[in-house]
Amino acid sequence: MVEFFLNTVKPNFNYWVYVILMMVGLWSLIAKNNLIKKIMGLAIFQTAIILFYVSLGVKDGATIPVLEQVPVEAAGTVAAASTAGAFADGFANPVPHVLMLTAIVVGVATLGVALALCQTIFKEFDTLEEDELLRKIKALPDDV
Amino acid sequence: MNPKFFASLAVVITGFVLLYGVSDFPGFGDPRSPANAGVEGGSPSASLHYINEAYHDTKVPNIVTAVLADYRGYDTMFETVVIFAAGMAIFAILRCVRKDEEAVVAPPAKSSIDGDHNRIIVGMTCRIIIPVVQIFGLYVIAHGHPSPGGGFQGGVILAASFILVALGSNLEDALSRFSEKNYLTLASLGVIIYAGFGVLPQVLGRNFLDYGVLQKLFLTDGPEMARYHSILGVEIGVALTVMSILFAIFANLSSRGTLKGGL
Amino acid sequence: MILPFDIIILVFLIVAAVIALNVKDLLSSAMIFAIYGFLICLLWAEMGAVDVAFTEATVGAGISTVLFIATILNTRRRSSD
Repeated sequence: MVEFFLNTVKPNFNYWVYVILMMVGLWSLIAKNNLIKKIMGLAIFQTAIILFYVSLGVKDGATIPVLEQVPVEAAGTVAAASTAGAFADGFANPVPHVLMLTAIVVGVATLGVALALCQTIFKEFDTLEEDELLRKIKALPDDV
Repeated sequence: MNPKFFASLAVVITGFVLLYGVSDFPGFGDPRSPANAGVEGGSPSASLHYINEAYHDTKVPNIVTAVLADYRGYDTMFETVVIFAAGMAIFAILRCVRKDEEAVVAPPAKSSIDGDHNRIIVGMTCRIIIPVVQIFGLYVIAHGHPSPGGGFQGGVILAASFILVALGSNLEDALSRFSEKNYLTLASLGVIIYAGFGVLPQVLGRNFLDYGVLQKLFLTDGPEMARYHSILGVEIGVALTVMSILFAIFANLSSRGTLKGGL
Repeated sequence: MILPFDIIILVFLIVAAVIALNVKDLLSSAMIFAIYGFLICLLWAEMGAVDVAFTEATVGAGISTVLFIATILNTRRRSSD
């Protein structure tokens, strides 16, 4: 057990936690009864994926991707791969940050849409529990 | 068999497959991983180009801002459009109240915080703190080049300041400062500013969102400074859209689309 | 990356996610979800993604909580599970 933890889990501990968070979110998305809980699970699922993307860009011993001083001119083109790589190793990979930055803000806008749909459902059926909702929908007359 | 059993089964299988995939990953924080350095023998990762060249191309020290608004400007533009579309969706879902419902929902509105001793501390604190929050939001938008920040963050902070007005006193107070007409106008204006920065280079004979050619317009020395200033303009457009749409979402959600009463 | 911080935040993350999804009072669930958002913000700041952390601090711990509370107060506070 301890050996398994040290060899398999510890090097990828972050990834394991993201997978667990994703499982928690997915489980609540399928199994929870309340619609607001489902939306919360969706948000947790989303943050787990964003966490995964951001951790792809982590470099050991690197600083934040904001340049403190002007990069040396000799680095020049990417063709000088050795010097360019050595300079770039000092900064975290900015590409996942850019992609996920917009994903978070779009995520809150779509969260608003989901909550608005919840309010409309509540106005129509006076409940947010899934089983009651299904019962009330089945009880509706056919021509509605 | 209850449905929770099947849910647990599906989740456990998914989790097991993902955990099996994790064991083949490059180590956490490895600077030589494919995402960070490119495939061995193949072309180097795009991130190396961004880190090495972003400052030469745009004079922006914050690489994230440079990539967000310049290299991947097309992407960011349509993210802004998605936010705008989400706002319009909420408008379509909630903001259609029938005449008879409107009369029922509207509670007797309290005129101001002065007559309500329970809310006076919250109201006064909000009144003092809101200008500070708004100035910080403007600082975050304008200072996105040399430090973390930019249009998205600043826009959210500005929206939070208006939401604070609504929470501190009531929704009518917030709407009298930032009315429905104003926020819809500003949301459209933000998208138009962004698209305008895309179309301007086209008018001058270059590609869409190729800011470098704007140096004739901004009278800057060199295309780099033109890019620098265009990024600021684009961020302002993003901030206007995000601020307006997030406040619109809150105003509609908290009052069930009637824009009366609120929380 | 600082390993002790990393492990503490990750463990708290799972705890916060599980509690937020299992509390029956939706209002406290929304507040614990705000704590979850703030922990994620800390994790990103610690990974060097300052811009993402800034966005999450304003959006995840601020706006989305307010949106949840606005919906919960306009619908029903109790949840069956």
